[in-house]
Order: sequence, then C-alpha cells, then structure tokens
Amino acid sequence: MTLAVNTQTILSRPRGRSFRRDLMGVAVIAVFAAAGYILFPDNLALLTRILSVALLVLALDLVTGYCGVATLGHAALFGSGAYAAGILSAHYGINDPLLMTLGGIVAGAVAGLLCAVIMLRAHGLPQLVLSIALIYLFHELANKTSSWTGGSDGLSGIMPDPVFGLYEFDLFGHTAYFFGVALLLIAFVLLRLVVRSPFGMLCRGIKEDPLRIRALGASPNAALAKMYVISGAVAGTGGALSAISTQVVALDALSFTQSAEALVMLVLGGTGSLFGALAGTLIFMLFEDYVSAANPFHWLTMVGALLIAVVLFAPKGIYGTAAAYFTRPGKANR
Amino acid sequence: MSAVFEVANLKRSFGGLVVTNDVSLSMAPGDRIALIGPNGAGKTTFVNLVTGNLPPSSGEVRLGGETVTRIDAIGRVRRGLVRSFQVTRLFQDMTPAEHVGLAVLQRDGRAGRLFGSFLSMPEVMVEVSELLEKLGLAELAHRKVREIAYGQQRLLEIAVALALKPKVLLLDEPAAGVPQSDTGRIEQALADLPPDLAVLMIEHDMDLVFRFAKRVIVLAAGTIIFDGLPADVTKDARVREAYLGNYANASHVA
Ligand SMILES: Nc1ncnc2c1ncn2[C@@H]1O[C@H](COP(=O)(O)OP(=O)(O)OP(=O)(O)O)[C@@H](O)[C@H]1O
Ligand SMILES: [Mg+2]
Repeated sequence: MTLAVNTQTILSRPRGRSFRRDLMGVAVIAVFAAAGYILFPDNLALLTRILSVALLVLALDLVTGYCGVATLGHAALFGSGAYAAGILSAHYGINDPLLMTLGGIVAGAVAGLLCAVIMLRAHGLPQLVLSIALIYLFHELANKTSSWTGGSDGLSGIMPDPVFGLYEFDLFGHTAYFFGVALLLIAFVLLRLVVRSPFGMLCRGIKEDPLRIRALGASPNAALAKMYVISGAVAGTGGALSAISTQVVALDALSFTQSAEALVMLVLGGTGSLFGALAGTLIFMLFEDYVSAANPFHWLTMVGALLIAVVLFAPKGIYGTAAAYFTRPGKANR
Repeated sequence: MSAVFEVANLKRSFGGLVVTNDVSLSMAPGDRIALIGPNGAGKTTFVNLVTGNLPPSSGEVRLGGETVTRIDAIGRVRRGLVRSFQVTRLFQDMTPAEHVGLAVLQRDGRAGRLFGSFLSMPEVMVEVSELLEKLGLAELAHRKVREIAYGQQRLLEIAVALALKPKVLLLDEPAAGVPQSDTGRIEQALADLPPDLAVLMIEHDMDLVFRFAKRVIVLAAGTIIFDGLPADVTKDARVREAYLGNYANASHVA
C-alpha cells in the first residue's frame, strides 16, 4: 500500500515548470526581437548578425556547456553552413531561402560529425589543440578552393528568393530579420526539448563523469558525436542565415577568431544554459558595436576587462549568476 | 549449473607490485559470494579488471560462455556485468529519480531519445519509484544528489546498479559509509534480488557477509587464499594470518 502511495507521489510530480519556462523563453526572445525592431529600425543588419551568431553560440553551448568539450574551432560548423547555403545559391541557382537553410543545416551537421570523429580521440588540452588545427584546416580549405568559395575575396552572387515566394529580402533587412528571429525561435524550442530529453540527461552525465556513464553501458563518444551533429545543424543554420541575410560569405566565417569570440560570448553569458548563450551573444555584440563605435581604440581593452570581471566574480556568467540569484529565495519554500 | 561468469588466471601488476596474482573463479546463476580481504588486497582491482576498466596483464574473463577479455567495459555492461563503486560516483546535479531513470532508459536502449522526459513515461517511472522505494529513497526522488546524505548516496548507487537488471552484479563495499540504521535497507534489497542473479559483494562488515553469503572468497596480496563456506572461513589458518598482516609484507617480493 505504501508503495502505491509513494509511486503516486513520485509520478505526480508537477512537470508544468519546464513547459512554462519554455513559453517564457519564447516570449522573452519575441519581446527582445520586437523591441530591437522598434528601437533600432536602422540597425536591423546588426540585429540579424546577432541572431546568426546567437545560433553559433547556442551550438557551442551544446558541446561545451552541456557536454564539457572545450573547443576553439566551432566556427568550422558555422562557416560550413554559410558556404553551403552560399554555394547553393551562387553556383547552383538554388535560391529558395528554406532550401539554402536546409543546405546549411546539412553541411553544418556533416562538419560537426567530421570534427567529432577527430576531436573525440583526445581529451583536455590535446583536444583543444585539435579543434584549433581543424579550424585552420577548414579556413585553408575555403581559401584554396576559391573557384567555389571566392577565397579571400569572399563568396558573392548569393541571391535568395522571397521567403515562401512572398516576402522579398529587402534593402532594409526587414525580411532577413524576421527570418532570423523565426529560425532562432525554432532552434530554441527544439533545443529546449533536446536538453531536457533522455539524451540531454545522458550528456549531462557524460560531462560530469564519463566513466560512470560507461558503467551504465552507454558510450560517451557515441553520444558526444551525436551532440556534435546536432550542434553542427544549429551552427549551420546560423551560417546559412548569415549568408542569406548579408548575401556574401567571407573567410572569417570560418576563422579561429570567430570561434574564440563565440567561446567568449558563451562564457560571458554562462555555459550550460540556452538563455546564457543568448544573453552572452547579445551583450557581447551590442557591447562590441557601441563601444567600438564610441571608442575604437579601447574597445578590446574594455571587452578584456569585462571578461576578467565575469570570470573572476561571476564564474557562472552574467545570466547564470543572475538566475542563481533570483532562484535562491524560491528554493527555500520548495 | 553452468557458469555465467568465469575468470581464469587473471594477472595484473602495477610496476613491480603484483596486485592480482593468478586469480580464477567462476560464478553460477543465483550465487551469493562475498569477497573479503585486508585493505590493499586487490579486491577493487579485481573488479576493475573483470569489468574492463583496467586491462589485465594476462588471463581471461568469460560472460555466459563468451570470452569478453577483448570487449570493452561498455560491451560487458550490455552483456549483463554490472558493478557498483566503492566510492560513490554519482552525478551531483542530478536527482535520484534521474539516475535511476537514466539507467532504466539506457538498459532499454532509449537513453538516446531526443524528446520527451522520462518523468512522463509511466512504465519508466513505475520502475524508478519501485526501486527508490525499495532503497528508502522515495522521499528524496527529486532532490539533487549533492543535497542528500552520503549513506543515502550509497543506497542510490545500488539502485542504479539494480536498474540495469544485471546477470552478474559486483558490489564494491556497498555498506561502507552507510549508517548502521540503513544497512537493513541494503540487506533487504540484496535479499529481494532476482534469484537467478549472480552476486559478488566485497564487504568488510563480517556480520553482513555471514548473513548474505553462501560462499566466501578471501583475497590477500592478490591471491585467493580461501574459497569455501562461510562457516569455515574463520577457522582457516591462512586467512587468520592474512588478517594479522603477515601476508601484506610478502606481496612485495615479486
Ligand atoms: N592504478 C594503480 N596504480 C598503482 N597501484 C595501484 C593502482 N590501483 C591500485 N593499486 C594498488 O593495488 C593494491 C590493491 O588495491 P585495491 O584498491 O584493489 O585494494 P582493495 O582490496 O580494494 O582495498 P580496500 O579494502 O582498501 O578497498 C594497493 O596496494 C593499491 O595501492
Ligand atoms: Mg577496494
């Protein structure tokens, strides 16, 4: 009898909380997106760029924040998506933005798998070095195959058709912006599902103690490779968005700098949380834009100082620290 | 009955120190074996070797007739060889329900699912709550492991192992660090194990050993010096000598 009662209490655990948080997340993104649109109508290009980088940082969070793999080469996945979407349009005349995005997703996922196969052979510092080697190789490959990628001149001639044949990519970037917001919202909702799923739980376990996971009969490397593929799809979406919205792809989409900046944004916002990744991207990129305009000589100094402050005084990142602060009182009455 | 688990001439040394010296044993379904021995006798090393967490210098391990010496730790778990850890290895930010849920899902090959939550899978939750209930952890089902007492973490370690529905279960000092008041839980859980499961338990608490085991194996300095009935173990001269410490010194000769 007691068994039945206790089974009942365990089963009846309220599960609405995570769903409410999903809705809240969607609402917050939508509100920020609307605010950006209303407050900075002349700066939609920047906002769209933030959206595409946010997808890269979310993707990085999946492997770094959720699985504990440190990488300085994640732009390889982003850049692959950007070039794939760009090449589809520029060389094959496939101009449907949805198909271009799909191309970016597939290319990102393939690049993710490739990186995983190489990187997961090592751990720790050697793994980090492998990630740097990979981003150099991707960069060099894009540089050398200039007939496809435009090399250092960048890939141009990307001409996306109207979305659904209706919404043309206009000069002011309205369509690109909404297209980006839609992609980010979809990615966010799907990733919320993934991080909460059994697979997400498995990955959290791997991050903490891969040996224990092996003792459960699960393969950490197989799970990490799968996460890399998912991450590649997300980063590739970001790359495709960047190609579609700017209609060019430059080599720095595949650069070490882009990879390192993504990691900085992630740490700034807070690893292991989708909101952290989004917050970090937003803060870093707005900071970069405004401070570099106001004081072009010292903006990197300020970024450096901000980063040191965050790492030393708010090691969970800006979002992570704020979230911990606000959930503390709630914990007591649970 | 035929053996589910066999170890033949297992050897392993660290540097010059022979930690496992020609160990052979076999277990049949339903066996309840206690593996005892002084500190540093090589008990945990034995578990690490047979589960594939540590490569042996030589020797063989067979599971259900299949030689698994070349199969990695994951493959052995999937074939039904499950261990618990002497020092708990749990995920600090996860709850007991999540631990057991993950083990159940993994056992059923569903730990890779990308959507849904095990909390809304009734068949998983029934198993989770039964296991947690059995080990007295139901109240703590949704607390983070870092917030629960060490003794209860030890119980969770056992729940996780049981959730994998092993054929051969190796428990490394399951009662170490569990307060006296809770060892009853462990004993009850052990008594409720499926009758055809083969269990080998490493344990220092001799009361527990005598209540649990039908067969006792004594390891000293990496060598099996006794393998027989619990009633005979305290009478054995070599066992007494080992526990008095003479054996420990002899190990460094090799
Ligand atoms: N990785 C290792 N490298 C070197 N020596 C090791 C290693 N692992 C274990 N040893 C040594 O092997 C011997 C046996 O260790 P083991 O942990 O197997 O003993 P045990 O019987 O489990 O002891 P306890 O009762 O304290 O748990 C000890 O002398 C230990 O120091
Ligand atoms: Mg031990």
